[in-house]
Order: sequence, then structure tokens, then C-alpha cells
Amino acid sequence: MKRAARQVIFYAILITLWVLLAKLKIWPPYIFPTPWGVLEALTGGFKDRSFWIAIAVSMKRMLLGYGISVALGMVLGLGVASNKFLEETMGGLLVSLQSLPSICWLPLAVLWFGLTEKAILFVVVMGSLLSVTIAMEDGRKQMPKIYGMAGRNLGARRFKLFWHVLLPASLPYIVTGLKQGWAFAWRSLISGEMIFVSLGLGQLLMMGRDLSDMSQVIAVMILIIAIGYIVDGLVFKTVERRLQNKWGLTPAT
Amino acid sequence: MTPNLHNAASQPSFAGEHRSTTRASAARWKTGAGPAVLPLPHAASETPKVSLQGISLSYKTNGSRLLAIDNIDLKVRAGEFLCIVGPSGCGKSTLLHLIAGLHKPTSGHVLIDDKVVEGTGTDRILIFQELGLFPWLTVGQNVEFGMKMKGLSTAEREEKTRYYLRLVHLSQFKDSYTHQLSGGMRQRVALARALATEPDVLLMDEPFAALDAQTRDLLHDELERIWAETGRTIIFVTHNVREAVRLGDRVVLFTFRPGRIKREFQVDLPRPRQLEEVDVARAAREILDPLREEINKSLEVEYGVRS
Repeated sequence: MKRAARQVIFYAILITLWVLLAKLKIWPPYIFPTPWGVLEALTGGFKDRSFWIAIAVSMKRMLLGYGISVALGMVLGLGVASNKFLEETMGGLLVSLQSLPSICWLPLAVLWFGLTEKAILFVVVMGSLLSVTIAMEDGRKQMPKIYGMAGRNLGARRFKLFWHVLLPASLPYIVTGLKQGWAFAWRSLISGEMIFVSLGLGQLLMMGRDLSDMSQVIAVMILIIAIGYIVDGLVFKTVERRLQNKWGLTPAT
Repeated sequence: MTPNLHNAASQPSFAGEHRSTTRASAARWKTGAGPAVLPLPHAASETPKVSLQGISLSYKTNGSRLLAIDNIDLKVRAGEFLCIVGPSGCGKSTLLHLIAGLHKPTSGHVLIDDKVVEGTGTDRILIFQELGLFPWLTVGQNVEFGMKMKGLSTAEREEKTRYYLRLVHLSQFKDSYTHQLSGGMRQRVALARALATEPDVLLMDEPFAALDAQTRDLLHDELERIWAETGRTIIFVTHNVREAVRLGDRVVLFTFRPGRIKREFQVDLPRPRQLEEVDVARAAREILDPLREEINKSLEVEYGVRS
């Protein structure tokens, strides 16, 4: 309760400061937006449905790109974790590739796919694939060996072993990596959309700049933060907590 | 009831006929009023349920080869309760893994019903020392797991899950998760899970080592009852000699590294036995002496102690 109160006070002060500074009119509104201007841009954006459309387009790209990343990353990570040759060769490459900001793939993507959805999808996949792969690899290695043995002992083989034993057994170890992968994918998507004009939140942000509409810029930024927070703080945290409870990793009852 | 229960005299014994007798002598104990020495029966007509032929295992450590298990020959009768005792590091747990097919022996074969088996199979189910219960599944789903892998129908699975949970007295805990259970209950879930796949052979790796004495006593009774009810062949590894005598029809003593069969003991005490019975204690005493020699050897190697 106290914590919530402190947070309320903090944000109240922040907004008051903002209102005061805006009221003083030191800078023109296209440089320093007013809170009511941003609020107006937010409601306006939702009312004329441009925000809804942008969110829908961005989320569709996210789900598609992230889905591909997870599926591919699991196979890759599992391969690297269970094969010594792959680990020694691919393992190092994966780690070094991760230091490359994903937006660096955009020029390559545009040359390969042109200014299409595929290019942006490629950037999203490249942004999150590596962290998902590395998370899967780590998870597979951290997972106690007993589960794999118990599974084989009870007659699980190949795909059944992977699906019914290895995957659920490594879930608590990979969920953090999956979350990180989502965050990377989200960043890659927005930067991709900003550079390469198309629908989506990133493009909305750039449109604000082009129109010198600072209120819209701030409104979209708030939107991007909110979506990131909701997915990370609500979806992933809930999944994580449920997993931990189910597994007895946190004190039950 | 399995025919071999309370019926020691008619039991065929492999102790006198298989190859390891050259280094393993069969010792027997008389029960209070019974005959002192039981005659060793002639070669059994039935084929052994489990037969190990020249099983050896060695592996590389720091460039040198370590022989962990050396030429084990062992036959286990169908329905027999065989206990393996030995100092830690004698490869007794490893042997169970080899029988389960989780690892390949360097040489030798594992035969079930006179057929060589390779890899894992649901005819031999191992209960791990650490149990290896799946924490993401409920108790019921854990028990069901092997049957699901076998491809049994949902109805059949449900029925058998109910049956085996009742057998280990865990019916009310079907929907609990394993971390919500006590150590003894988890042990029983592992037993039910293994039994539910309906293996011919149950391999148990020091299953009661981590339990308190009361729980262990209870589980001894339950295991004996379940063994009698289901007629499974059990190979039970333990470092506790009394436990071995309490449960086993026969006790095989392993040497310290490399694991060999040092001696075999036929336990012809009437069932049900109690851990604190005088006969059990006396029989255990007799195994304990040769076991001590092996324990001392292991101490010499592991701590550099000269005894």
C-alpha cells in the first residue's frame, strides 16, 4: 500500500512539473508538448482509429515474427545444446551475432526482400531469434538430467520425449529467455517500422515528427511503453509465476 | 500371492548353478525352527526373467580407463526379490542403469526372458534414487505418463491410474503436484508410476535412503505387499544390509571398484519380516562382515586411510 502511495505521489509531482513548465510557455508546443495536448492526441488517435490500426498491424508483425523466432530458436537451441560439434561451432557464432543491433539487418533485409512485410519480419526474427536460441540452449543444459532419463525409462522417445519431457522440463529455465526475446523483438520491430515506411506504431511515430506534431510523438511513445509493459509485466510475469507455483519453485500456499 | 512367498524350500536357487559361484559362496540361514541348511535345488527348468551375461563397464577419466563394473553374471528368477548391496562406488546403481538400458555396457548383454535387450523398454522400469518425478505434472498425470507413452486409451489410463494410486494409498492426491507431498508420498508416487507401466522387472535404486525410519518401515511393508500382489520381479539396490535382508529373497554383495559379485546369500526367512527381528539382524551380521572389507577398501581409495 505504501509503495503504491509513493508511486502515486511521484507521478503526481512529475505531471505537475510538466504542467507548470508547459504553462510557463518557455518553448513552443512543437518542441515541448503540453500534457493536455498529448492527452488529446491519445484520445484523438484512438477515436479516428489510427492508433488501433497501428497497434493491430504492429502486434500482428510481432506475433508472427516472435512466433517464428520461438519455433526456430527452440530447434536451434536444442540442437546446439545436444550436439557437441554444433555447440563448438555455432555456439560462439550465436553469441557474437547477438552483439549486433538487430536494426543492422534492415539494409540486408531490404535488399533481399524489398520494401515488403517480409523485410520487417526478418528484422524482428533476427532481433529475437538469437536470444531465444541461447535461452533454449542454456535451459536445456541447466535442466536436471534426471528428467530426460526418467522420460526414456518410461518409454518416451524422440519427439514424444522432446514434447512431453524435455520441453516442459526446461520451461522454467527458458521463460526468462523467452521474455528477453520478446523485448528484443519489440525493440527491433519499432526501429524497423521507423526506418521503413509502412503501417505500424513506429511509422506513426515518424509521422508525428514529419508533421512537427510533438503531442503525437509523445502519445505514441506512451503507447509503445504501455504495450511493452503490459506484455512484459502482465503476460510474462503471470506465466512465470504460474510456472513457479506449479513447479514448487516458490513456497506454495 | 506369488508362489515363492513363504515357500523358501521349493524355490529354485541360481546361487548354486551359475558361473559366479566360483567366487560367490551361497550362505543360508535357518529360521527359528526350520532346517539349518536348505538343499540347493537342481538347475531350474524355467528361464530366468533377467539374465546378465558378462556385463562390464569402463569409462575414460583424465585419459586413463576406469573399470567400474567387471564381468557380472547374474540370473534373476521371475517373481524374485533380489537385493544388491555394496559400498558406495561399487557400481551397483550403474548396473541398474545398464539393465534399464539408459547406458550401454562396454561388453556383455542384458537378457530378459532369454532375449537380448538394448536401449530402454517398458518391460524394465527403474525407480531412480532421486525419483525423477515430473514436477509439471500432477500425481495422476505422473502415474499415467508411461501408459500415455505406450499409447493406451484415455479410459484405460484413467482406470489403471486409479488402481495404482489406490495400491499405494494416494487416491486423494491424484490432482496434487509432487512438491506438495512428503518424501514418503513422493516415493509412493514413483512406485505407482513405475508399476502403472506394468513392467516385468522393477529396478529400484536406493529408493528409501533419504527417508526417516518410520516412513521407511511403512514403505517396506507396502513394497512387500505390492510385490506379493503384483508378482513383479524386483532388483533392489541398497547400501543398507538390514534392508536387503528384510526385503530380499536373495542378497548379492558387490565388491568395491571394480564392481564384481563377491558373494551371494539366500535369505530363507519367513515373510513378512521385520527390520528389528533377531533373525534379520543375524543374517545381516553375516553379510556385514564381508561388506566391511569392501568398505575399508573404498575408504583406502577415497580417503587414503589404511586400516
